Amino acid sequence: MHSFLLGVTVFIAIVTTACLYRVAAGKTIFDRIIAAGLIGTNGLILLILIGFLFERIDMFVDIAIAYALLNFIITIVLAKYFGGIRRRSP
Amino acid sequence: MTASVIVAMIFIIGGVFFLTVSAIGLLRLPDFYSRTHAVGKSETLGTMLVLIGLAIYNGLELTTLKVIFIIVFVLIANPTATHAVAQTALHCRLNPWTLKTKDQPQELPCECDEDESQEPEEKQ
Repeated sequence: MHSFLLGVTVFIAIVTTACLYRVAAGKTIFDRIIAAGLIGTNGLILLILIGFLFERIDMFVDIAIAYALLNFIITIVLAKYFGGIRRRSP
Repeated sequence: MTASVIVAMIFIIGGVFFLTVSAIGLLRLPDFYSRTHAVGKSETLGTMLVLIGLAIYNGLELTTLKVIFIIVFVLIANPTATHAVAQTALHCRLNPWTLKTKDQPQELPCECDEDESQEPEEKQ
């Protein structure tokens, strides 16, 4: 099971690195925002997998909880910031 | 190799498949709105499957409860964040990809802050 988790970790890391292309070359700013959100979610999975690999899951899962909360807040704040002033609905 | 390990491996393999599909969709789909389709749904399902597999592998502990909390939070938060970004793009009048407009460049047509006075008091 240890080697299986190691292979899964390496594969997800490669997939996440491929997503950096959309952050660098996205046509609009919103493409970059959602690509950064996807990289954050994949990093969350990688944190928990690394916790199982190092057998320190009780420590890594707390870091993963904080990371999930921060990832959500960062995406919401970026969407709000780049959206400008919202028109009030009549 | 016990039965729980085999079930966990099946869940993790399914989750890795959906994560790969999500990354390919983010790289290959033509439009922002179709990319939100890849990020909002496939990514959430893949994350949930991988974490459910790891929770089954871990057994009954306090750590498993925290992993289940992360699963529930990702289920709520990830589609919400993607929806917020898509709604912001629609508010900024980013045109969707169609067969008629596929040759035009995908750029924002205007600054978001400056069109506040263009649709004035007609609705009132």
